Amino acid sequence: MIGGPPKGLRARLPILYPAAMLVVFFVIPFGIMLAVSFFKREPGGFYTTDFSIGNYANLFTVLFGRVLVFSILISAFCAALCVAVGFPFTYFITRMRRKAQVVWLVVLVSVLSLSAVIVAFAWSIMLSQTAGVSNLLVWLGLMEKAVSWSPGFWALTCGMCYIAFPYTVLVLYPPMSRLDPHLPEAAQTLGASPVTTFFTVVVGSLRSSIVATLIMVFAFTLGTYLIPQILGRPQHWTLSVLITDEAIYRSNLPFASAMAVFFMVVSLALVGLTMLAGKAKEPSPR
Amino acid sequence: MAGLDLKDIHKRFGSVVAVQNVDLHIPHGRFVCFLGPSGCGKTTLLRLIAGLEQPTAGRVLLEDQDITDRPAHQRNFGMVFQSLALFPHLTVGENIAYSLRIRKKAAADCRRHVDELLELVRLPGYAARHISQLSGGQRQRVAIARALAIEPRLFLLDEPLSALDAKLREDMQLELRMLQQRLGITTILVTHDQREAMTMSDLIVVMGTDNQVHQMGSPLEIYRHPADTFVADFIGTSNLLKGVCRSGRQVVISGKTLSVEALPAGVSAGSEVSISVRPEDINVLSGAHEGENHLQGQVAFVRDTGSSVEIYLDCNGFQIISQSTPKSRPAVRQGDAATAVLPPSACVVLST
Repeated sequence: MIGGPPKGLRARLPILYPAAMLVVFFVIPFGIMLAVSFFKREPGGFYTTDFSIGNYANLFTVLFGRVLVFSILISAFCAALCVAVGFPFTYFITRMRRKAQVVWLVVLVSVLSLSAVIVAFAWSIMLSQTAGVSNLLVWLGLMEKAVSWSPGFWALTCGMCYIAFPYTVLVLYPPMSRLDPHLPEAAQTLGASPVTTFFTVVVGSLRSSIVATLIMVFAFTLGTYLIPQILGRPQHWTLSVLITDEAIYRSNLPFASAMAVFFMVVSLALVGLTMLAGKAKEPSPR
Repeated sequence: MAGLDLKDIHKRFGSVVAVQNVDLHIPHGRFVCFLGPSGCGKTTLLRLIAGLEQPTAGRVLLEDQDITDRPAHQRNFGMVFQSLALFPHLTVGENIAYSLRIRKKAAADCRRHVDELLELVRLPGYAARHISQLSGGQRQRVAIARALAIEPRLFLLDEPLSALDAKLREDMQLELRMLQQRLGITTILVTHDQREAMTMSDLIVVMGTDNQVHQMGSPLEIYRHPADTFVADFIGTSNLLKGVCRSGRQVVISGKTLSVEALPAGVSAGSEVSISVRPEDINVLSGAHEGENHLQGQVAFVRDTGSSVEIYLDCNGFQIISQSTPKSRPAVRQGDAATAVLPPSACVVLST
C-alpha cells in the first residue's frame, strides 16, 4: 500500500516519537504554567490549588503595561536592526567564494557558543568609562573625555542585537543562497542600477524570508532576561526580568505564570499580525 | 549600417580560458546564433556583450561606439536567461513593466505598454497572473516580453528554449524568428542545438572546444563549405576522410585517388588534408564498379528511418555513410558488395 494513511501502531511509530516529545516537553509544562496562573499564592509558602482570575486582574497596573510595551518595542527594534544589518551582510556572504562563506559562517556559529553572561559583561566593559571604547575615541581626538555608555538603552540594544545577529544570518542564509543569481543580473539588463536591483529584486523576492526572520529575532529577544539586568537601567528591564524576579526572588509563581501567559498571548497576537501583513502583500498563488 | 563589433576579445576566469581571439562583426538587424558544444565559451561571450562580464582583453563596439566599460544597466540590451530569471514575487504584468517602472514611466503608459507586449507574445489578458501559474512556454513568452519592454538595441538570448519539450521548442523557434523579423532587432541567440541554429539564424558563429570562433557564415554556407574538420563534424553528419594531396587537384585516401574541384589556399602537393562529404551527396551503386571517385566496399548496415535511408559502407578500413530518400533507395542489403560514388563537386577539402 503506497500513499494510503498509515495503519497500525508500527506504521505510526515514527510520528509518535516527535509527538510524545512535543507533549512531554512543551504541552505539559505549558499546561502546568497555565494551571498555576489560576492558583493562589500562599504567603510564606508556595501556592494552593484554586481557580481565581486575581492574578490576571493584578496585571492591569501602570508598571506592567509600561514594561510590556517597552519589552515589545525593544524586541521589535532589535529585530528590525538585526535584519537591516544582517540582510545585506548575508547577501554579501552568499556572493563570496564557497570557502570564504564557510569561514564567515563558522565565525558566526562560534559567537553562539558564548553565554549571554559573557556577552553582557564584555559589552558592559567595552562601553564603560574606565576601559571602554570612549577612551579610544578620546585618544583619537574625537571626544573630550571618556564617558560611560553602560548601563543604558543603547548598551542594551547592542547586547541584544549581538546575541540575535548570528541567528538572523543563519536564518537568512539558506533562502538567500538559493536565490537565482540570474535574478539580479536580469534586473540589471533591464536598466536597474545595483542599488535599485538590491531593493526591488533581492529584497522583494525574499520578502517572506524577511518576515520570518523578523518574527524569529523578535521572539528570541523577548526571552532575554539576563542582558537587560546587566546592560540596562531598571527602567530598561523587560518583562522577562520582571517574571524572573517575581518567580525566583519573590517566589510568587502564580503571578509570574499569569504574566508569562499574558505576555505569550500578546506576542503571539503580534506575530500573527506580522504574518498577516506579510501575506497580504504577496499575490496568492493558486 | 554598423552593428556590433567584438575586437580581439579574451576572457579568462583565473587560469581557465573561457573565450579567446574573438573578432566578430555582427551586422545590424540580423539574427545570429552562437553555436558550439558545452564549455566552448558561447555563453561567456554573450554575457560579455550584455556587460555582465568584463573582457580580460579586447573591446566591444556598438555602432562604432566603445561600450566595453559601460555597465549592464546602461547598455539597454534585452536579455533572456536560460533560467528565464522571472521575478517570482511579481505578477506577469509587473515583470514586464519592471524596466518601465525603473524608468519612472506613468502607470497608464506602463499598462498600455504591457498590454501591447502581451499581445505581441500572444498572451493577452495574462497581466494579473502570478508567475507560478504559468506553463513553461508561457513563462518563456513573458521573459521575451520583459526583455523587449526596454525597446532593446540588441536582443540577447541564452539557450532560452532548452527547457522546453521538443514540440514546443520547434514552435517557439519559428515564433521567435518571425517576431525578430517583424521587429528587425539585432538578435544573438546562444545554443548547442545545431538544428535550432540552422532553423532560426541569418548567420551562425561556430565555436569550438578550444574557445575560439571557427567559422561565421550563413547556415547553408557553413553546411556546404565548413571551414575545418571541427565544423564539418559538428554541423550535421559528415564523412571525414584523411588523405594526402597530390598535384592536379587530387587527393589520395588509403591508396584510392579522389578528384576534387577546389583546393583551399595554402594546400599544395604533399600536404595532409581531410575531405568532407555530406551523406546525401553520395550515391551508392549495387555491386563493384570502377570509375572516377568510385570507392568499392561492403554494406555494413542499412538504417531505414522511414523518411530517409542511411547506408553504412565499409570501404577497406574506413566507413562511408550515404543518405538517400526512400524513392531513390539503392537496391542493396547488408553484406552486399557496393560502390560509393563521391561527386568531385561535393568533396570539400579541409586543410586540418
